[in-house]
Amino acid sequence: MIFSAENVDAESVAWIFENVWLVPALPALSFFLILFFGKKLPKRGAEIGIFSVGLAFGLAVFATFTWITQINDSQSEKTDESYAALSIEGEPSQKVILTADDGAVRGKPIITEVEWFSIGGSSDSHSEEEAPSETSKENKTAIDSPAIVAIAAEDSSDSEADKSDDYATAHSESDAPAISIGTWVDGQSVMMLFVVTLVSLLVHVYSTDYVHGDRRFTHYFAFLSLFTSAMLFMVLSSSTLQLIVGWELVGVCSFALIGHWWEDKPNSDAALKAFLTNRVGDIGLLIGMTVLYFAADKSFSIEKINQMAVLSGQEGGIDKGLLTIAALCLMAAVMSKSGQFILHTWLPDAMAGPTPVSALIHAATMVVAGVYMIGRLYPVFWEGLTIAGSNINAMALIGAITTVGGGLLAFVQRDIKKVLAYSTVSQLGYMVLALGVGAYTAGMFHLFTHAFFKACLFLGAGSVSHACHHSFDMKADMGGLRKYMPKTFATFMIGSLALAGIPPLAGFWSKDEILAGAGVWPGTGGNGTYYIPFIFGMLTAAMTAAYMTRVIWLTFFGTYRGHEKPHESGSRITIPLIVLAGLASVVGFLNMPSPFVETLGLPKSWAHKFEDWVEPAGIATFVGKANGFTHAKPSLSLAIVATLCAVGAGGAVLAYYKKLYAKDPQATEYSDGFLAKVPPLRAGYAFLTNKYYLDHLYSGVIAAGTKGPVAKAAYWFNQNVLDQVINVAGKLSVFVGRFIYRFIDQGTIDGLVNASGRGASESGESLRQVQSGQVRHYAVMMFAAAALLAAVFMVDF
Amino acid sequence: MFLNQFLFFAAILFSIGVYGVLTRKNGVLVLLSIELILNAVNINLIAFGAYHQDLSGQVFALFIIAVAAAEVGVGLAIVLLIYRNRRSIDVSEADLLKG
Repeated sequence: MIFSAENVDAESVAWIFENVWLVPALPALSFFLILFFGKKLPKRGAEIGIFSVGLAFGLAVFATFTWITQINDSQSEKTDESYAALSIEGEPSQKVILTADDGAVRGKPIITEVEWFSIGGSSDSHSEEEAPSETSKENKTAIDSPAIVAIAAEDSSDSEADKSDDYATAHSESDAPAISIGTWVDGQSVMMLFVVTLVSLLVHVYSTDYVHGDRRFTHYFAFLSLFTSAMLFMVLSSSTLQLIVGWELVGVCSFALIGHWWEDKPNSDAALKAFLTNRVGDIGLLIGMTVLYFAADKSFSIEKINQMAVLSGQEGGIDKGLLTIAALCLMAAVMSKSGQFILHTWLPDAMAGPTPVSALIHAATMVVAGVYMIGRLYPVFWEGLTIAGSNINAMALIGAITTVGGGLLAFVQRDIKKVLAYSTVSQLGYMVLALGVGAYTAGMFHLFTHAFFKACLFLGAGSVSHACHHSFDMKADMGGLRKYMPKTFATFMIGSLALAGIPPLAGFWSKDEILAGAGVWPGTGGNGTYYIPFIFGMLTAAMTAAYMTRVIWLTFFGTYRGHEKPHESGSRITIPLIVLAGLASVVGFLNMPSPFVETLGLPKSWAHKFEDWVEPAGIATFVGKANGFTHAKPSLSLAIVATLCAVGAGGAVLAYYKKLYAKDPQATEYSDGFLAKVPPLRAGYAFLTNKYYLDHLYSGVIAAGTKGPVAKAAYWFNQNVLDQVINVAGKLSVFVGRFIYRFIDQGTIDGLVNASGRGASESGESLRQVQSGQVRHYAVMMFAAAALLAAVFMVDF
Repeated sequence: MFLNQFLFFAAILFSIGVYGVLTRKNGVLVLLSIELILNAVNINLIAFGAYHQDLSGQVFALFIIAVAAAEVGVGLAIVLLIYRNRRSIDVSEADLLKG
């Protein structure tokens, strides 16, 4: 098994990979500092946030470069002999660490763990005695080296069996119930570190202008820091438990930031909706992780779970049925967090939060947490959600439905942020689709590129709204802004083109890779033929271009329909926009397909760098075991067709609006267009404006449907059961009180008191007789007593 | 040594004293009877002291004589005050402590 390949010496682990915990720790520290001292500082806490996130970004960049250098070094160290060994063994794409394409080296995770806490009461005590020695830092693995390649090369079916046996015995020995917390560094997490810290830093800078003068300015920055920290913590999880903690923390931050302006009811409603919808998925997360814990021999370790998920259906692996249940439960979590259809409804409403928050949390980072989790537990999702008896993975279908469902809704929004939100839903669907069709790298790459252009678009929308006096309504308050805000326009344009997949911007490369991954287009190969995801993907590519054209027209072209004169935003807003637009233009080149590179005559090593850096060692191999996973081959014709689709759709929308503009410069829609003439279209439009009636379904049917009977049942229960119980209890206590009064209080206690009083008085009366006052009587008594005493003495002695 | 005679004598003297204390109504005579009792005790102490060839009996007797003198002083003062208040020294009439 590749995941459990030999551990390389600890000293080869770079400093930054052992201490990568600093990256989330810095924003966490900043959260507390801002909370305690923020209000007293001149910038009211913003400077702490920017400084710490900037520092974290620096560390993340350092980690990224260290990672890339290590991969590149080990790639160049690769010898020709190992190639030879591989080809002799045969079936290289099936068995070994090197992928079929070109035998590139893949990174292995570097896991650094310390004991977090332990669950008491282990059945075998000896393992507890051994446990403390394991609490020290445990460096497991490092980058691939030729040693691993050699091991991988001699891999065969029975050595695999040996290793799973070894694994089983090793596991039964170390049944110590210690839960570890740690960091997991591989391409995927390093990529996320880079994205999260970069976008967070830009959003921090942007926010100093955007929420300037807000009454909860300090609170806002504290939560931005906490969110950044939680997201990084989640990204670096080495155990599922840690993942859950990070997952919930980002959810809480999302809740707090959506409801930042909670004085307005819709905002706090949106926050609640986001939180509650996510709870639905979180239940799935908890159940799924619990099932995995027990299925994977009581382990929270992601590494172990992945190893066992790969072996599912074999000895030493997780039971296939359990894996499916766990994967389905986890999929619910993914659906809520990453806005997959039908749990996406909170994401557009989450736009009630401040725009930088939407850019950071609801476009670039938190909403991709679900996608990230799929990638992190890819074996679990892949093995668990592959529909039995077929080569089709259910994730691809979920993603396909989401990508089209979200894209359609983007057409009918007036609110520029909601268009972007539905676009995010659609793009998240794309990522899940990619992971579903086995195009792991394509999915991750899309996550990476999407973070930049979507954050750019959101921040651009924020800039526009800043100019238009905090309105997001494209039809009422915007139009013709191109002349007033050239920088925002240019960056927004780049972001939109990147999103629409127009070459050579970032979105083109990642989207195209996903479409190729679906394996339908001739010559792409892939992992099976996913017709529906492919068609939906193509459709979405066209739709994306169309609705973004609509947004750009309504916002930046035509005539200005607002009230006051708009103005370009300040440099703290435009600089993040320019940085993100710049990245959105160039990051696509990180993963150019090799034929493209060859055609252009560029160095061969420039091709698919992202794949080399991010794709983990195990992915290719384990999926190969299951379903003949291969990287899809890029197809020039597919790229051309997809681009033409996008350009065509965008052009059509543009033509539509141009014609409208010629007719009436103020109009934003035809009053007598298709919608007015064709009733079925009107019905479809109503269906879309009502968001597929999902909110009606949730609050009207499900919530109201359960709330009525539940309330009635509760009332009945209250009247008939609780009240009866209370009545009986009351009556019983009255009876007991009476009984106690009559018999115990009056009879016993008062009797005792009276008797003691009477006894004292009577004994006093009788003793009074003795007290004569005559000295002589006392003397008699004294002498009598003395005589008696004397008599006693005499008798005694 | 004839211890018995002294003891008999002291016992008779003690009994007379007790009789006097219990029967006399005159306060002065009650005090006088108490002196008899004390002296009976003194005789006993001296007799036993002599019998045991031990001087501590006589020392004790001296103490008792001294204490008795003080006691008589206090007693006579009380009798005097009773007399002043009631014009009588009949102890059977002094029963203010009667319960």
